[in-house]
Order: sequence, then C-alpha cells, then structure tokens
Amino acid sequence: MSTPVVLYEQEYEQLKRVITRLSADANAKFVFLVDKNGQQIAAHGEMLNLDTTSLASLTAGNVAATDGLAHLIGERGFPVLSHEGERDNIHISIVAARVILVVIFDERSSLGLVRLRVKRATAEINGIFESIDLKVDSERNMGMALDSPFAEITEADIDALFS
Amino acid sequence: MTFINYASREINCKIVYYGPGLGGKTTNLQYIYDSTAAQAKGKLISLATETDRTLFFDFLPLDLGTVRGFKTRFHLYTVPGQVFYDASRKLILKGVDGMVFVADSQRERMDANIESLFNLELNLKQHGYDLMKVPYVLQLNKRDLPNVVSMADLTAELQRKGEPVFEGVANRGVGVFDTLKAVAKQVLLELRKASGG
Repeated sequence: MSTPVVLYEQEYEQLKRVITRLSADANAKFVFLVDKNGQQIAAHGEMLNLDTTSLASLTAGNVAATDGLAHLIGERGFPVLSHEGERDNIHISIVAARVILVVIFDERSSLGLVRLRVKRATAEINGIFESIDLKVDSERNMGMALDSPFAEITEADIDALFS
Repeated sequence: MTFINYASREINCKIVYYGPGLGGKTTNLQYIYDSTAAQAKGKLISLATETDRTLFFDFLPLDLGTVRGFKTRFHLYTVPGQVFYDASRKLILKGVDGMVFVADSQRERMDANIESLFNLELNLKQHGYDLMKVPYVLQLNKRDLPNVVSMADLTAELQRKGEPVFEGVANRGVGVFDTLKAVAKQVLLELRKASGG
C-alpha cells in the first residue's frame, strides 16, 4: 500500500497562516486546502455552517473528473477551475501537484484579485509541502519510524471502535 | 491513501465499495448512514441520476472513535456499477486504503460479478495497486432472494485471496457492519505494519 500522507503541527500552523492571509488579501469568504483524495487539510473563513467534509470530497471529485476530461483531449490537466454563481463563486487551483486550494468569494472580491493572491499563496504552500517531504525523507533515511499512533495498535483497540 | 494529521490528531482512511450495478453498494452506505448516531456521521452525498442510479459516487464520512488519542475517520465511497461508467469508476479508486466488493448473489448476475471483479483488478493495477495487497473484503449480497447461487459456489468463483466473506442482505442491514468492521480492521492493521509496529 502507499505511504500515508503526513501533516505535522508546525507545517499545519504555517499552512493555516498562509490561507488566513490569503483569505484577507483576496477578500474571500472562505479558503480551504484539501488533498487530491478529498481529505481536508486546513480551512479558514466566515462561512460558519459550511459542511467542509462534503466540500472537500466533492472538490476532489470535481478535480479528478476534470483531470480525466483533460487527459481525453490530450491535455496534462486543467490547473485552475472557476465556478461562477449568482452570489458566490469558487476558484479551485492545484498546488504542488497534489493539493487543491479552494477560494470562495462574492461581490466584495473579483476573479482577478483572487487569481493574483492565489498565485503568491501557491508559491508559499509549495515551499511548505517541500519541507514536509524533506522531513519525512530524512526521518526515513535515519531509520526512524514515523511516530505513528498506530505502531502499537492492538486488535482489541480496533474492536473497541465498533463496540 | 491514509492521511495522518498530527495537528488535529486525526487519521482519515478511504474505503471504496465496488461491484456490479444494482448489487447493493449504495444500500450498504444508506444502511450505515441510517443506523449511525448523528454525531458520528457526516452528510451522505449521492451523485445519482434521476432514476437513483449512482452517476459518480456516494460519499459518507464516518467517525469511528478514538484510537491511541487519534480520531479515526473513515471516508466511505461507492463507485457507479454500470459498465459504461468505467472512466468515473476508475477515478474513485485513487488513494484507496481498503476495498469492499459487493457481489449480487442472484444466479443471473454471476457474469456481471465476474466482469466487475476483473474490472476492479484492472483499474487498481492502473493506479499502481495490487488487489492481492490491498485490504479487501467480499460481501455476497441479496441472500434473501429465491434464485441465489450457493455461498460455497459464489465463494469459489469470487474469492481471490482468502479474504473474509460475509453474507449480506444490505437493505435489512444483514452483514453490513460485519463487512465494514472487517475491512476497517485490515486497514488499521496495515497502518500498524506501515509504521513498523
């Protein structure tokens, strides 16, 4: 099976800072980061009752379907998707080839402003994921098992989940 | 692909229900949704056609509780079973941690089961996975119908690697949680293996 994706506290805080600033700079209502498999990584914004789990899964589905379309016509992918609604709009972009940055905005912002601010944030997010990779690689090279909470899981622990 | 978030102390795993059209994949998720406490589940999302056939996927996030201080969350997906939706079916398999194959026990669906299983192996391979190594459970569904193939014959035909096999009547919940539990267990034990435990 593939190696798990890992997110550490330090990098999570850095990502959170980047999307918080992006949200302010772009006058956005909501910004969130989700991995390509539909797992939410970080979120920031004013839409309090938003179902972010569903949003993450549907975003990943949307990106996967659009990637499929791109491949059919011989494109490598469509790195930016934009959906325009009556009140709210969604701007979706692929970062570091594996995470999806989503910005929800209304008439207080504009597509141009969002694109501009997303570009800067993208470079920063790229850097953060590179440092996560380095960390994981160096721990692996030093023969250190990642400090996984599952290293000592027992069958009894698992059975307890279903009791 | 499992996602371990040390900041929020959460682990997310992805389980996909596969199988021929009208075999009961969505019904499995619907039963889990209906019989789970509100605080343990998110919304059940179904991207379906007007006639309630799965078009892209169904999705149900499920909180199973805490293991070693980490909130354990499973994201359950179904694929569209109909043969011509293969392109979208393949997309759902990306990043999968565990698989459930929901077979239709009716005699006339035997060929459809075999075709779907073959399709699963092929699509997994295209994502770089090997069915032999992926946590996997076989559910023989619709056992309450009159024209079913015997468990022994179905198992002989469909079991690939000694995986756990469960009888199911998904619309009444028979075998639904046993199946989920068996695949979740394999996924978590796989995580233990990956972390050197």
